[in-house]
Amino acid sequence: MPTTALFVTCVNDVAFPSTGIATVRVLERLGVAVDFPEAQTCCGQMQYNTGYPAEAKPLAEKFARDFRGYDAIVVPSGSCGAFVRDIHPRLLGSSAPPPVYELTEYLLDILETADVGAYFPHRVAYHPTCHSARLLKLGDRPARLLSRVEGLELVELPGAEECCGFGGTFSVKNPDVSAAMGADKVAHAVESGAEYLVAADNSCLMHIGGTARRSAAPVRTLHLAEVLASTKDAPYEAVAQ
Amino acid sequence: MSGGTYLGMPSFPAAARLATQDKQLRANLTRATHTIRDKRAKAVSELEDWSGLREAGKQIKDHTLRHLDQYLVQLETKVTEAGGTVHWARDAAEANRIVAALVKATGETEVVKVKSMATQEIGLNEALAAEGISAYETDLAELIVQLGDDLPSHILVPAIHRNRTEIRDIFRANMARYGRPAPAELSDTPADLAEAARLHLREKFLRAKVAVSGANFMIAESGTLVVLESEGNGRMCLTLPETLISVVGIEKIIPSWRDLEVFMQLLPRSSTAERMNPYTTMWTGTTEGDGPREFHLVLLDNGRTDTLADTVGRQALRCIRCSACLNVCPVYERAGGHAYGSAYPGPIGAILTPQLRGTGTALDASLPYASSLCGACYEVCPVAIDIPEVLVHLRARVTETEPGHRAERAAMKAATYAMTHPAAYRAAEAAAVRSRKLIPKAQKLPIGPAKAWTESRDLPELPRQTFRQWWKETHP
Repeated sequence: MPTTALFVTCVNDVAFPSTGIATVRVLERLGVAVDFPEAQTCCGQMQYNTGYPAEAKPLAEKFARDFRGYDAIVVPSGSCGAFVRDIHPRLLGSSAPPPVYELTEYLLDILETADVGAYFPHRVAYHPTCHSARLLKLGDRPARLLSRVEGLELVELPGAEECCGFGGTFSVKNPDVSAAMGADKVAHAVESGAEYLVAADNSCLMHIGGTARRSAAPVRTLHLAEVLASTKDAPYEAVAQ
Repeated sequence: MSGGTYLGMPSFPAAARLATQDKQLRANLTRATHTIRDKRAKAVSELEDWSGLREAGKQIKDHTLRHLDQYLVQLETKVTEAGGTVHWARDAAEANRIVAALVKATGETEVVKVKSMATQEIGLNEALAAEGISAYETDLAELIVQLGDDLPSHILVPAIHRNRTEIRDIFRANMARYGRPAPAELSDTPADLAEAARLHLREKFLRAKVAVSGANFMIAESGTLVVLESEGNGRMCLTLPETLISVVGIEKIIPSWRDLEVFMQLLPRSSTAERMNPYTTMWTGTTEGDGPREFHLVLLDNGRTDTLADTVGRQALRCIRCSACLNVCPVYERAGGHAYGSAYPGPIGAILTPQLRGTGTALDASLPYASSLCGACYEVCPVAIDIPEVLVHLRARVTETEPGHRAERAAMKAATYAMTHPAAYRAAEAAAVRSRKLIPKAQKLPIGPAKAWTESRDLPELPRQTFRQWWKETHP
């Protein structure tokens, strides 16, 4: 039996535990005995992308220690997944990236399951976050999963491929451009008519959602895992405590 | 934005703040960039082997850069054999001195110019003006910029920040200062504006004895220079005057005519979204009875050798100045080109300028951060420059070498310490959950991230329980 670990990410652990919980619910529902190595913390992306590779390296080393021996590491974040896959080998001088899978990759490529038994009777637009689309190249994986969710109506997001403006520390180093990009993303989400804007990265959603709440825009943000975890018996509102 | 110089520009975030508030500028840029962006995507999708072409373009450039010493000497030999004279310029000042001396030697006090990034980079017009020589831009957009006492804000479309009403006003007010005036009743229709520019420029072409150009490519095996353009004004400059002076960056070289074939497909489709550009002018030294009697090539280093020495940063020298990265960049679209404070705006400018000029000013040190790292630029780059990779690489250089990063480094070190020491991590996590705030109040980062965030966005209140705690409770 292949062993599967969850890398929940530091942001999800503290700020969006419901996404981690939803990921566990989906995996366990599909019969995966997912493990949570409790020593895990952070992948080091913020340090690296802000210009501190020396501060990121100990975290890449720690990640390798914490997740050693697992056949698969599931991460509900395109950005953190891409960082571990693309940059950790560079930081560690190794050729083999850890076996990380963003949640939709794990579901479709490893479990080969598009129908995860979810029920979410809402209008949803999907925002392909930059790192999930351009670095991980998730392609149509999220749409394939969403199209199998019972009750869900997937609507088109105008300018979907455009960055939301989060960009890690970019959001505070260039706050005006970041805010302008966020406002446009929110406007597109509203234009789509969706009740929920769904994505694979909570950091981007925190920026888009925070912008939407500030302007009282009639759209909410939600991580893809929480849509997939939602069932008739346990709708996502209940899962999210 | 007057005076035609980038000196003393504020750092990127400060300049961008003003641009994001300028509704007219935002509208001009969004309309223009999205139009070119969509056209480019269509032009590129017509070619089945685009990814192969892109890889070929990348490899040709990398090969040439690796053997730049040989190809430059070969080029010099060929240009000299063909009747041209080659000059080597270490930096902007030396290049400007060489060009000024060459113009003075002709006895002329006027030159006409082909649109050129290299001469913008070195501030040639201003240097010539200081020597009593008037340089007239003949590319329509560069003319608009020059008449408006303005700076270019885009590589391909230097006046992208101007709409046609503004252009009409600039023509009416300032054309007379430079030569043939605009008609008093000039309208803002594109045809009328183009006709006014045509009449104004025609006078210059017929009078000029000296022209200054750059080049898109220099072919080492024959010593041939190549200029691609849309208007034909470049060809007027390259063929009518008696003396032609071309200022070209040393990285513009390609080994052979065979290599040019790749770039003749990559550049027009990436740049103007055309299958083929309207005018391609190629010349090899001088030709008896045809074109300029005298040809000078000024080979410009100006930071390129230093850039070449950086194993990550050197890929920026592959750039063929198509500006596809500008047209897809969400940051460029909102900040505008002037915020980048150099002749090279947008993503390519954010990695080229800090390498050519260094990161010694607040502006240049802020450029590597002028990106959300979304990667749209890398996706469209016809020579596969991994711009996000170079941006992050340059950020590390900035934090190592430039002052003002002590507090940030301390915060990053503290974060790494907490993340690598379980007890410290648990304590930090517990504190965050207790305060229910993602960014603690006693934050000492120089820029005040909590304020920068909350000016435009709400911060989520933290849940009462971390994932870790939930896991422990539910998976004993």
